[in-house]
Amino acid sequence: MITKRIIPCLDVKNGRVVKGVNFEGLSDVSSPVELAKMYWEQGADELVFYDITASFEGRKLFTDVLREVASTIFIPLTVGGGINTVEDFDRVLKCGADKVSVNSGAIRNPDLINEAAQIYGNQCVVLSVDVKRVNNEFHVFAKGGREDTGIEAIEWIKSGVKRGAGEIVVNSIDTDGVKQGFDIEMLKAVQDVVNVPVIASGGAGCINDFVTLFNEIPKMSAGLAASIFHFGEVAIKDLKDELNKNNIPIRRI
Amino acid sequence: MIAITDYGVGNLFSIKSSLDVIGAESVVTSDADVLRSADKIILPGVGAFRDARKKLSESGLDKVIIEEAQKGKPILGICLGMQLLFEKSYEYGEYDGLGLIKGEIRPIADVIGEGLSIPHIGWNPLIFKKESPLFKYLKDGDCVYFVHSYYAADCGESVTATAEYGAELTASAEKGNVFGCQFHPEKSGKAGLSILKAFSEM
Repeated sequence: MITKRIIPCLDVKNGRVVKGVNFEGLSDVSSPVELAKMYWEQGADELVFYDITASFEGRKLFTDVLREVASTIFIPLTVGGGINTVEDFDRVLKCGADKVSVNSGAIRNPDLINEAAQIYGNQCVVLSVDVKRVNNEFHVFAKGGREDTGIEAIEWIKSGVKRGAGEIVVNSIDTDGVKQGFDIEMLKAVQDVVNVPVIASGGAGCINDFVTLFNEIPKMSAGLAASIFHFGEVAIKDLKDELNKNNIPIRRI
Repeated sequence: MIAITDYGVGNLFSIKSSLDVIGAESVVTSDADVLRSADKIILPGVGAFRDARKKLSESGLDKVIIEEAQKGKPILGICLGMQLLFEKSYEYGEYDGLGLIKGEIRPIADVIGEGLSIPHIGWNPLIFKKESPLFKYLKDGDCVYFVHSYYAADCGESVTATAEYGAELTASAEKGNVFGCQFHPEKSGKAGLSILKAFSEM
């Protein structure tokens, strides 16, 4: 039986974790390496790193961080942020990333998905989509969720899979930050139309939100969250214990 | 010394790092002489069978690996590197593998049934079928990380472990000194590191 994945997500700017991290016992709370190590010890099944730097120097710091993380912990690493070309794929894969997540870069140039999938395989290409309801339709948003592209999200995701994306991250802007649970309706709409693994993102506020996610959508592959893990509101071990109690298969370490 | 075969395919950084962290001496190489002088060989690989097979032939390293395997050197194929050890693959056509383990590579879609995502991505507990020196540090319920859309079929007695994903898919196989893992030990947490440690101690 395949287990459900629990994935902490780290936003990194100029080589440091942002989005307020508050942890006791960590000497350096905004060190991506320290935080990654802690999640590895707690039993995270995968980590996602988003590079939210714009500058060239920041990019360099990010790949340095990535290299250090990939030499320290041994679980899958997905990297996103600023991925616009096949060369960007190459840059992060060489530093230890296993999968690369495309978002705005693929909206600007959808062929990026095809090209990358041909070179690195579908399993390497993760299509990450920020989705928000507009007039009762799901719209794709670009630029970190700030710009409505007008593109219908379900069609966009279907075409992304056709082009070769091997995994989809659906981030609901409507539930993101609200901490009232994942966007079950939106996630179901996506899961119903694609046959690649889907990762739910946006809205997790407590352990029970993950139980609801996997009970409501049994096919859902993984749950992703940032702040509830970073702030220590949810410990991964407690989360997995609770999922296990609810007969949802998880990986024990 | 473990030689990690570099033939232009796969994430060698993580394999090298994982061997470093368990204290196993290793080198990433595309040099036939280094493969010949190494104690053990790892054959990595991601992507499509056809491209990897072609690159391996062009580099001439396929012959070296076959020779070294026949001399009794421990060989470990990982993911696509494991699939290359078999006789044949049906991914986008029909291609010959190295023929070191009996069996052929077929799409998981043939056997897993409806309702499961493809690729098979994620962590599964290993279902042990046979004693294997690779598993000497593992315990029941240990999970490893898979990413694949094809699997090794008809490998009979060589299967040492499977993973349940709609069907029991070959997770690892071996024949004498030749070992293959469909999953990624270098990405499978402490369980994965223990498999690499066991290999390094052969």
